[in-house]
Amino acid sequence: MQDNLQSFSYKKLEQKSKYTNMFLRWFLYFVLILFASYFIFPLYVMVVTSLKTMEEIRQGTLLTWPSSLNFDSWLVAWGGRGYGAGDTFLRPYFWNSIKMVVPAVFFSTFIGAMTGYVLTKWRFKGDQWVFLFLLFGCFIPFQAILLPMARTLGTLGISNSVVGLVLVHTVYGIPFTTLFFRNYYISVPTELVKAARIDGAGFFKIFFKILLPISAPIIVVTVIWQFTQIWNDFLFGSTFSFGEAAPIQVALNNMVLSSTSIKEYNVDMASAIIAGIPTLIVYVLAGKYFIRGLTSGAVKG
Amino acid sequence: MFKWLEKNLPKIVMAPAVGLIGWFVYGFVLWTLYISFTNSKILPKYELWGFGQYEKLWASRKWLISVDNLLVFTALFLIFCIVIGIILAIFLDQKIRAEGVLRTIYLYPMALSFIVTGTAWKWILNPTLGIQKMFIDWGFENFTFDWLVNREMAIYTIVIAGVWQSAGFVMALFLAGLRSVEDEIVKAAKIDGAGLFTVYWKILLPMMRPVFFTSFVILVHISIKSYDLIVALTQGGPGISTTMPALFMTQAAFHKSQVGLSAASAMMMFMAVAAVIIPYLYSELRRENAR
Repeated sequence: MQDNLQSFSYKKLEQKSKYTNMFLRWFLYFVLILFASYFIFPLYVMVVTSLKTMEEIRQGTLLTWPSSLNFDSWLVAWGGRGYGAGDTFLRPYFWNSIKMVVPAVFFSTFIGAMTGYVLTKWRFKGDQWVFLFLLFGCFIPFQAILLPMARTLGTLGISNSVVGLVLVHTVYGIPFTTLFFRNYYISVPTELVKAARIDGAGFFKIFFKILLPISAPIIVVTVIWQFTQIWNDFLFGSTFSFGEAAPIQVALNNMVLSSTSIKEYNVDMASAIIAGIPTLIVYVLAGKYFIRGLTSGAVKG
Repeated sequence: MFKWLEKNLPKIVMAPAVGLIGWFVYGFVLWTLYISFTNSKILPKYELWGFGQYEKLWASRKWLISVDNLLVFTALFLIFCIVIGIILAIFLDQKIRAEGVLRTIYLYPMALSFIVTGTAWKWILNPTLGIQKMFIDWGFENFTFDWLVNREMAIYTIVIAGVWQSAGFVMALFLAGLRSVEDEIVKAAKIDGAGLFTVYWKILLPMMRPVFFTSFVILVHISIKSYDLIVALTQGGPGISTTMPALFMTQAAFHKSQVGLSAASAMMMFMAVAAVIIPYLYSELRRENAR
């Protein structure tokens, strides 16, 4: 009898916890989806607005679906209206950004790989301090170097040019790329390098034959990190370049702020998407590496 | 000669990086520091002038507003990013279906520039055609949302956009932290009768102390440097109600020909960052050496 009672109450209890569990589960998903919509909302608004005509924008709300897939604003944002002076569009600035990003990413990644290699496999007295010395560069607020940098670029005759921006981004990328490669190479067994050294392999041979072949993951992480940082930079771009040499973020900002004609929000949104799409594609395709760079670029920094 | 070269090759390879950073980081910071003690206007002057620029800076209403805004922004930005980040991380940690998709959605703003997202938010917050119109059309006829052009409230629009951009990042840090905890610890606690809430509140979150610390440092760092977002969203306006130190610095340097003053403001920013970063680097290095 008592046995029966006990098992009965257990059952009831179990049932109850099953219901609370189910309720919790629903609550969980509800909150997660609520936040997901908050995060997706601006992207949705951007895309939808860029496909509407100004007439539709004035009549509908932010969320209204466009009546037709109309890519006119995209074409205007990319290539202009073709009326000459005062017609600003993104195409030339997009290429400026490409011309700036490719060499800057290449140089900073290469230098970072070399310093990371030396700091872990050719250790010398005080190398810890050298690492700290480089690492601190990750954190300085760039305002503290803007004034002398502007003067230096002027003296070198490369202010307001893509070359100048390549220099700036290469230099201030080195602390991060060094950090990435150093933290990666430190887990590669040093015995491997020692054995190769005994076999008579030199500095560069060891790097190219032993370390480089196993560096693919960290190269991807570094390249993605640097690409995203440099593509998205606005402070350097807006301080050290203007007019025709400006990178895309600066051009986007100028386009949106210009008050020459009636505000065309659809063109603004199309421009923003064009300026954001390269990094967004990289993120979607290689999110794993993007996140790894994000967390190690920051956590271990 | 050749032997010497071979022996010192590693150091020779290191030299460009060390030289570049030495010149472009340390040298430039020192130059800025020096200029902040001079009476430079349009062009840098090299006679020392003492603390005049710093006195001018802290007597400037615009600078005081900048600092005030920075404090308000940093506090709210920190609280919201960390709270939202932790909630999302814990919820995602419950063997959720489609976790990968949700994670991708929470984190994608980090891949975009503040100029891109600032442009989007500016449109969403547009007082005539944005959110306000959406609610009015939905039947809330008296709904007003004019924060973007309201002196008192404009700073909060920057918080909204900033939190939106960075909360996913905190989520990623905490999720990685939670996943690195041994399953046994949680299992043992559950056998002892601890509920899920207790497990997180009493056991897991206290274990996340380093992650809290890291998030704190990174978020403060982001907020002190915040510049792009303000330029894209408000340009410091209406009036100067949303100006911040980074904006103050560039305006003084490149629009108002107050080179000395802008150097002083840059050094204040530098010191604020250093105050947060140096203890952090110190503790990180100690942890690494202890390992």
